[in-house]
Amino acid sequence: MTRRLMKGNEAIGAAALAAGCRYFFGYPITPQTELPEYLARRLPEAGGVFLQAESEIAAINMVYGAAAAGARVMTSSSSPGISLKTEGISYLAAAELPCVIVNIMRGGPGLGGIQPAQSDYFQATKGGGHGDYRIIVLAPASVQEIIDLTRLAFELADLYRNPVMILGDGLLGQMMEAVEFNEEDDKGNRPIPKTWATTGCKGRKKNIINSLYLDPAELEQHNLHLQEKYREIVQKEQRAEEYLTRDAEIITVAFGTAARIVKEAVVSARARGIKVGLLRPITLWPFPENALKRSLQRARAILTVEMNAGQMVEDVKLAVEGKVPVYFYGRTGGILPDSRTVLKEIQRVGGYDYEDSLSKAESLVGG
Amino acid sequence: MKIVFQKPKALSAGRFHYCPGCTHGIIHRLVAEVIDELEIRERTVGIASVGCSVLAYNYFNVDMIQAAHGRAPAVATGVKRVLPESVVFTYQGDGDLASIGIAEAIHAAARGERVTVIFVNNTCYGMTGGQMAPTTLVGQVTTTSPRGREAMHSGYPVRVPEMLATLQGAAYLSRVSVHNPVQVKRAKEAVKRAFITQLKGLGFSLVEVLSTCPTNWGLSPVEALKWLEENMIPQFPLGELKITEGVA
Repeated sequence: MTRRLMKGNEAIGAAALAAGCRYFFGYPITPQTELPEYLARRLPEAGGVFLQAESEIAAINMVYGAAAAGARVMTSSSSPGISLKTEGISYLAAAELPCVIVNIMRGGPGLGGIQPAQSDYFQATKGGGHGDYRIIVLAPASVQEIIDLTRLAFELADLYRNPVMILGDGLLGQMMEAVEFNEEDDKGNRPIPKTWATTGCKGRKKNIINSLYLDPAELEQHNLHLQEKYREIVQKEQRAEEYLTRDAEIITVAFGTAARIVKEAVVSARARGIKVGLLRPITLWPFPENALKRSLQRARAILTVEMNAGQMVEDVKLAVEGKVPVYFYGRTGGILPDSRTVLKEIQRVGGYDYEDSLSKAESLVGG
Repeated sequence: MKIVFQKPKALSAGRFHYCPGCTHGIIHRLVAEVIDELEIRERTVGIASVGCSVLAYNYFNVDMIQAAHGRAPAVATGVKRVLPESVVFTYQGDGDLASIGIAEAIHAAARGERVTVIFVNNTCYGMTGGQMAPTTLVGQVTTTSPRGREAMHSGYPVRVPEMLATLQGAAYLSRVSVHNPVQVKRAKEAVKRAFITQLKGLGFSLVEVLSTCPTNWGLSPVEALKWLEENMIPQFPLGELKITEGVA
């Protein structure tokens, strides 16, 4: 096992390479550009292809072609670029083509800014493009987890013949952390045979990759088939980290970078005797509602913290089903929540005397 | 009994959905005959576009992919980069290629992508009911240019092979027509040269085929062929615009 210092964006590239990804099609956009730059260097050495497309639209359609040809393939972008890719993502989902799509989010809407945000949660988890479809969305919170989830992303994509998105933010993409990374771990991770791929029809009947169903009954059958697959994913693939939730009276819910900040606040609150825990969704779709429901046995309030104006909080409310009050705290524009304010919010929603304890809390979290 | 004429192996059994008098059927057959003659059927991947030819994936008896509107050259790029030994062609109409997909076509050509584009130009959006296309002639009446295309308002028809001819990556560019038997024969030669260009790894190849749309033009099949000859050819002159050295 090698211990290395790696940058988030480059860690995605290294992990993808180790997972057997040999094709990347992308277009530069801040703050994810180190990922295509890394693969531009590394993929040709590994016998693969890095191609800079003329647009995000072309890039995702190159992914469509490469996935149809049976390859492990990836693209990456950041928020406005993902908007351009959504046409292709809808087609990939409809045609059941496995691929990995990375979104290193920045602030929006529109051109927004280049600082980290989580404001593409709706777009990632509710479809984004047209039609009834779902993609699996994985939300790492550290560079180590980026490596682990990139590996998982390729496995899940092949297993379910479905696009998988790695949803991080600019901070995760840009930060450097020490990681345990060993390419040997991926030796057993080999693509499963893709008998459906369009590779030339030698020795078999022709294959067709298609998403057109002009007969409404046929289209409904296709949609029912997709929904059946999505139900299976909801059953089998929910993932979450539960931190001090067992005895918690207050449950905080946060993902990615926001969860790191919230964790700091949870530690401070615990030091003050406040029974608070953190539920960190690792899969944003499927949303880990089972874990959240379990935590409701003791909880009397939920606080969702996000780097947006309140998006995941809707899924939290759906899972909570009105059993306890759900509160929201968020920052937008590329501004991070700070743990001191989160601590104050924890105390507020829990009905604690936060005015009195704030000065002590400040010293705990370093001011 | 000796068989002197039969359906190409690269075409599936079954009936085309195309309107009576539409020349898509002829163009499909030419592509299929070329695939048979070059003996590449089992390593060919075709990309169908959006529009009238969207169902081409049912007709060509090769592995087929249906692409989003205009994106066929990007999809073809993805396939070809994964499977460099395969033969990849797109089959696109003028709305698909010259309008929404012009960027993908230009950049596939600029990259010298080893793919072949069959570009069927009937000067209108056939599938959606005959709206104005980038290739619609000045003065031509369509459902969205009801007074005839006005150059000062909607600009001029796009000449695709001429435009691509400036790009170094484009190795073979040709414009043909299928309005009479002599031209059909020439069209097939051009399609064959385009595929040979790809097989030799020389770069991007495109054949524009002037085609008819009797239904949306409001003409009989015979009148449509005549209209093509008299009106389209002056705007879209036939011939090979670019032949890279080495193309047979």
